[in-house]
Amino acid sequence: MKLVDTLIVLAVQFALLSLFAIGGAMAVIPEMHRQAVDVAHWMTDRQFADLFAIAQASPGPNIIIVTLIGYQAAGFLGALVATLAMCGPTCVITFYVSRIFDRFKDAEWRIVTQAGLVPVSVGLFAAGVFVIARAADHNLVAVAITLATAAVAYFTRISPLWMFAAAGVLGYVGLV
Amino acid sequence: MRQTRWHSARSGATTWAMLEPSTEAPPIAPPSAVPPAPHPSVSELFIAFFTMALHGFGGVLPWARRAIVEDKRWMTAQEFNEAFAVSQFLPGANIVNLAVVFGGRLHGAAGAVAALAGLLIPPCAIVLTLGVLYARYGDAEALQRVLAGVAASATGLIAATVIKMSLPLLRRLSPAPFVAAAAFVAVGVMRFPLPLVLIVMAPISIALVWWTRR
Repeated sequence: MKLVDTLIVLAVQFALLSLFAIGGAMAVIPEMHRQAVDVAHWMTDRQFADLFAIAQASPGPNIIIVTLIGYQAAGFLGALVATLAMCGPTCVITFYVSRIFDRFKDAEWRIVTQAGLVPVSVGLFAAGVFVIARAADHNLVAVAITLATAAVAYFTRISPLWMFAAAGVLGYVGLV
Repeated sequence: MRQTRWHSARSGATTWAMLEPSTEAPPIAPPSAVPPAPHPSVSELFIAFFTMALHGFGGVLPWARRAIVEDKRWMTAQEFNEAFAVSQFLPGANIVNLAVVFGGRLHGAAGAVAALAGLLIPPCAIVLTLGVLYARYGDAEALQRVLAGVAASATGLIAATVIKMSLPLLRRLSPAPFVAAAAFVAVGVMRFPLPLVLIVMAPISIALVWWTRR
C-alpha cells in the first residue's frame, strides 16, 4: 500500500503544483523541494541538488527534474505518474485556452495580465535558483564554481556541458 | 526592443519571448521574408520536436526557434513569438506548452500529442537511465564528489538565466523590480507556499501594470 500512497501523493501534489507554474518549471522548484525533502522525506537536500544537476546535464526541457523526483520517490511508476501529473493538466489547459487567447491577442486585459505576470515569474524563477543554490553550494569552492559558470553562461555561448565537465573534474579531485 | 517590458506591453508578445535565456543559442538569422513552408505532417512534427529535445542542453527554446522559424519556416518570427508568449503566460513548462500550441494549431489534438511525445519521451528516457544509475551508484564516494561539482555548476547556469531575465526589468523606473524582489523573498527566502504568493501577488502586479499604463 505504501507505493500506492506515494503515487497518489505524487499525482495530486504535482498536478496541483503545475497549475501554479507561472513562467516555467523553476517557479515550482521551491515547492517540489519542500515536498520531496521536508515533507515526504523522499530524499535529502543533497540528493535534490544531485537530481537537479542530472536533469540539467541531460538534454531536454528543465521540467524533466520531476521525472527524477518521481523515480526517486517511487521507482518507474513514480517517474511516470510525476511526469504525467506535471505536464498533463497544464497541456490540456494550454490546448484549449491558447485557442481562445488567439482571439484576444490585442485585447487590453490580456496585454496587461501578460505584462503583470512577467515580474512575478522572474521573481519565482530567482526563488527556484536560490533554493537550488542553498542545496548545492555548501562550501566556498562550490560558490566559486556557481559564480564562474554564471559568468561564462552570461558572457559567452560556450556549451554548458563543458562547464559541467570542468566542475565535475574539480569535484572528482576533491576540491568541492 | 530596448524599452522596458513594463511600458512596452503593446508589443508584449515579442518582449516575453526575449526574456528567454539564449544560453548556447544557435546564431539567429535575420527574419526572412520568405513565407512559411506548407504545414508539416504529424510524423514530421514528432521528428522535429524529438530532434530539438535532444539538442537542448540547458534549454530547448533556442533550438525550437531555430528549427521552427529558420530551418523549416513553419512559422514566422512574429508567429513564433506570439505562440511562445501564450506558452509562457499559461501555467506549465514553457517549451512543453509551446509544443502543445504549435502541434495543436497544425493538427489538433493529434499534432499536440505528437509534438509532446517527441519533446518528452527521449529526454525522459535519458534522464531515467541516469536516475537508475544514480539510485544504484549515488552513494559511491567518487560519484558524489563529481556530482557536487556539477550541481554547483548547474546552479550557475540557471543563475545566469535569472540575470538575463532580470535586466530588462531594470531598464526603466517601474514597479517591476520590486514585484520581482517581493516574489523572490516570499517564495525563495521566506518559503511561503507558492499558491498563496501567486494569489496575492499576481493581481497586485497586474493592477500595477494597469495603473502605470494610464
